[in-house]
Amino acid sequence: MRLAQHMSIASDRVRSECVEANEFPELSQRYQVMAVPKIVINDRVEFEGAIPERDFVNAVLQAVSAKEA
Amino acid sequence: MGFLTAQDEQAVKKEFEKLTGPVTLTVFASELGSENNAQTVSLIKEVAALSDKIAVQVLNPHIERDETAAYGVTVTPAVAVEGAKDYGIRFLGVPAGYEFSNLIDSIVAVSRGEAQLKDESKAALAGLTEDVNIKVFATPT
Repeated sequence: MRLAQHMSIASDRVRSECVEANEFPELSQRYQVMAVPKIVINDRVEFEGAIPERDFVNAVLQAVSAKEA
Repeated sequence: MGFLTAQDEQAVKKEFEKLTGPVTLTVFASELGSENNAQTVSLIKEVAALSDKIAVQVLNPHIERDETAAYGVTVTPAVAVEGAKDYGIRFLGVPAGYEFSNLIDSIVAVSRGEAQLKDESKAALAGLTEDVNIKVFATPT
C-alpha cells in the first residue's frame, strides 16, 4: 500500500484504495483475492505480494496502455 | 477505552513531528453499519488527537450523500487522507494492524506533499494521460 499511496501523491491521476479484505468479502470475491497483499490496477492488471518500485510503476503503465492497445 | 497503547501514541507522535502542513481525515461511517464504523471513527479521532495539524470530519453517507459521492466513497467504513489537496488516498475498512502503519505514513506524506519515490518513477507517473485506480487488498495481520 505504501507505494500506491506515494504514487497518488506523485500524480493527480492516481487514486489508491487500501481495502481491508476481510471486511469487504464481496469486493474480495469479485477480485478473487486469495492471498494478500493483492494489487488490482484499473481492473486490468493485478499481482500478489510485494514487488520492487520499478515493477509496480511498470504495472501501472501497463494497466493504462492495456486499454490503448 | 482506546485503541492505541501509550507506546503506540509515543511512536506515532514521533512520526508526526515530521508533519509540515495541515491534514484532514474524513471518516465515512454509518450508525446503521457494522461496529467497524464506530471503531474507525474512534481510532481516527485518537490518531488526530496526537497532532494539532490534523483535523477530523465524520460524514454519514446516508445523510451527506453529495459530499460522500464527491469523495468517490461507496462503502463504510472508509477514510480519506487529505493534505493541501485531495491526493486520492482512501482506506476502506478499519485501518488497524498492518494498515495502521500505512495510515500514519500516508498522513505524513500528504502533510509534506512529498511522494517518496525514485525520480524515474515520478517522471513515469507524471506522463500519465488517463486515470489510474489502484486497489490494494490487505488484512490486519
